[in-house]
Amino acid sequence: MSKLPADRSESVFSDFKPAYSSNQARVEANRCLYCHDAPCITACPTGIDIPTFIRKIATDNVQGSARTIFDSNILGMSCARVCPVEVLCVGDCVYNHMGVPPIQIGKLQRYATDAAFAEGWEFYSAGEDSGKSVGIVGGGPAALACAHRLRRDGHAVTIYDKRERLGGLNATGVAPYKMPADRAMEEVAQVLSIGGIDVQTGVEIGADVSFAELEDRHDALFLAFGLGPDSRLAAKGADLAGVEGAVDFIERFKTGTEDLSGVTHAIVVGGGNTALDVVRELRVLGVPHVTMAYRGTEARMSGYAHEWASAKVEGVVAAWQTQPIGFEGSDGKVTGVRCLRLDENKQPIDGSEHVLSADRVYLAIGQSKLGELVSTLEGVENEWGCVKVGEGQATGRPGVYAGGDCANGGTEVVNAVAEGRDAAIAIHAYLSTQA
Amino acid sequence: MPDLTSNTAGIISPNPFWLASAPPANSGEQVMRAFDAGWGGAVWKTLGQPIQNVSSRFGAIRWKGAAGVGFNNIELITDRPLDVNFREIAEVKRRYPKHAVIVSLMVETKEEWREMIMRSEDAGADGLELNFGCPHGMCERGMGSAVGQEPAVNERITSWVKEYANVPVLVKLTPNVGDIVPHGVAAQAGGADGVSLINTIKSIIGVDIDNFVPQPVVGGKSSNGGYCGAAVRPIALHMTAALARDPRFNVPISGIGGITSWRDAVEFILLGSSSVQVCTEVMLKGYRIVEDMNEGLSQYMKDKGFDTLDQMVGKAIPNYTDWGQLDLNYEIVAKIDSQSCIGCQACLVACHDGAHQCIHPSPNAADLTPESRVPIIDESECVGCNLCQIVCPVDDCISMVEVDNGFGPASWNDHLVHGAKLRHKKGSH
Repeated sequence: MSKLPADRSESVFSDFKPAYSSNQARVEANRCLYCHDAPCITACPTGIDIPTFIRKIATDNVQGSARTIFDSNILGMSCARVCPVEVLCVGDCVYNHMGVPPIQIGKLQRYATDAAFAEGWEFYSAGEDSGKSVGIVGGGPAALACAHRLRRDGHAVTIYDKRERLGGLNATGVAPYKMPADRAMEEVAQVLSIGGIDVQTGVEIGADVSFAELEDRHDALFLAFGLGPDSRLAAKGADLAGVEGAVDFIERFKTGTEDLSGVTHAIVVGGGNTALDVVRELRVLGVPHVTMAYRGTEARMSGYAHEWASAKVEGVVAAWQTQPIGFEGSDGKVTGVRCLRLDENKQPIDGSEHVLSADRVYLAIGQSKLGELVSTLEGVENEWGCVKVGEGQATGRPGVYAGGDCANGGTEVVNAVAEGRDAAIAIHAYLSTQA
Repeated sequence: MPDLTSNTAGIISPNPFWLASAPPANSGEQVMRAFDAGWGGAVWKTLGQPIQNVSSRFGAIRWKGAAGVGFNNIELITDRPLDVNFREIAEVKRRYPKHAVIVSLMVETKEEWREMIMRSEDAGADGLELNFGCPHGMCERGMGSAVGQEPAVNERITSWVKEYANVPVLVKLTPNVGDIVPHGVAAQAGGADGVSLINTIKSIIGVDIDNFVPQPVVGGKSSNGGYCGAAVRPIALHMTAALARDPRFNVPISGIGGITSWRDAVEFILLGSSSVQVCTEVMLKGYRIVEDMNEGLSQYMKDKGFDTLDQMVGKAIPNYTDWGQLDLNYEIVAKIDSQSCIGCQACLVACHDGAHQCIHPSPNAADLTPESRVPIIDESECVGCNLCQIVCPVDDCISMVEVDNGFGPASWNDHLVHGAKLRHKKGSH
């Protein structure tokens, strides 16, 4: 697995939510009401016992606090940073109903898990060798969570990732003011430290190794290959220089350097959370004018309101109800985006065609789905490009499981972790029934 | 405006708030600043043969992030020369003639008592307080609580003092006894004009668990100290009330022990204190807390229609009775206000694990909205214990409401003596 270069554009970002000191953490932890059957636990896709880990911070049992977190979520360190807590645990804190600021669960979780990394606390060891082997396709959060859990149960695990580094979008896609790529790599190393996980990078399933071969090698498979490249707009001028995919751009500046010095006005097309990340990132990376062009209204955007509020603070402006229909260019380089204004029902308004000038355009309109990859596996269905799963993340084919973005279509890291873990539990149960 | 003037056994102060004999009343400069801040009186840090103190001296309980709900010290009496102390007392009285300066004393022989009393009165003391309470250090030398724990010694030394004293004498009692009443009565028998209580409680505040030494640590060792701060208030309130309600005890009380606010002071006054003394909260927050204490007490008196403190002193004593006199047929049940409930279910778990299992989850609790998580109280099983109300984080969300069960009042004593009929028991499933 190759290392990250030391020189990366993302190093100019500082923490959006700075770490707590032990003093701050204790004060915050002591505010927790220690609810019974707490709503924050239900709100967490991995079901971390939040009141318990917070109480352990309050009693200065930080090691126990970290263990409580990792028991449910082995990627608790990155989730503490990247989770949209405002719409998950923190959003369901009962203090919200009392007019009192909710407990900063993400920051407390970061406090405990950071301590675990800093102190090198080890909580888990591999289980007794089961003689069974599981192949995992992909190296992102779902794959890592699944692999770790399987090792605890003693199963041999091989991770196949087409990239040179594991971590998936946690390493290449997380906004750097939430978590820089090197933290994600530290987490990968910590997961692998349980031992017995064979990592094969640079291996693309389908191209380098077939699914049939994989099934021969392993007693079960977990598919967690994520999503494909950024979706492109099939519009005039889409191939002009300066029209780029957002996810691709984020990966470049997070894992290397990206020169934006000539860019004066960037337009980001989209209204989801990737669009919101990119507009903020562009501002911090020095682009003077950043506009987010979105078909819908502010009230109904798919991105989180709290993220948009922060983007506005960074100086981002929005063109609401704006539909790009083509790109203007000169000398092969983009100079603007031709747009239509839409009405409340997203219908074009007559005579509203106009051009927004831009010397860089990022498309944040989604990533392609890779469900087709599994078309050769009889019994595995794909639905709208996503691998279809049921109870325990099982596909329709015995011994084949799937989770993360390739199955759920693209949600949060914490969802991927939950699915990977749950798949591992189901795989363990499945393998126990196999001779 | 209510009159806050306090009269404790003839010691008059513009308000009932006195600094207790402790570090905040260690020097003239401090006491004058305290009077400027609004304190009505000060009991000077105990005078005796000046001692040598240790470092460190204090320890505290940290609870929910805040230090000092419980506090302890192993500091002794004054370590400053007596001449300096008396000169400063005289200076304070010259500049603040209307404020009360009470001199706390602790010496051994009758001759020493005579000399200290004369010097105190010469300096202008408004009263004397006999330190029969210090539970550390001084008691090992036959003083402090070594006196306070022996009613006969307490009475004898009090009577010596009364032979010489012309100003009112308060005896400061130690709580390190089984029953406070004989000790208050002994002081009264010795001629004390009043008592002050409580002194600190013998304690070990904590242990340094890395180095295996109790705290506070003095060069790798420690010793038991005196416990004080808000945590001791219930003990002090009980001892104050125990004396105030006892028919054998008839002299005024200056209440001490964990007073942090005007409300705490009101509680002591309602249980029989004519003045209150404060140390720990001043050590933690400074003299300026008294501004709120005076204002809060004044507002309370206005709200309740009290013109003078005398009208308040002991007002709650008639309602302090023996358990056997409580009405067993009185019945209350908990009610949850579903509008203000935030759905934390703290009441539910407290009732299930710590009380009588009569609060149950709402069938819709999984919906996570506060409305869907309002727990359900089984009033037929609710014993009315208050626990749910105590753990509820929302003001006035849980109320304890009286139920008419058709039974007339009946105490255990009524039941035993007259066979009064008792209601059926609840929560005894």
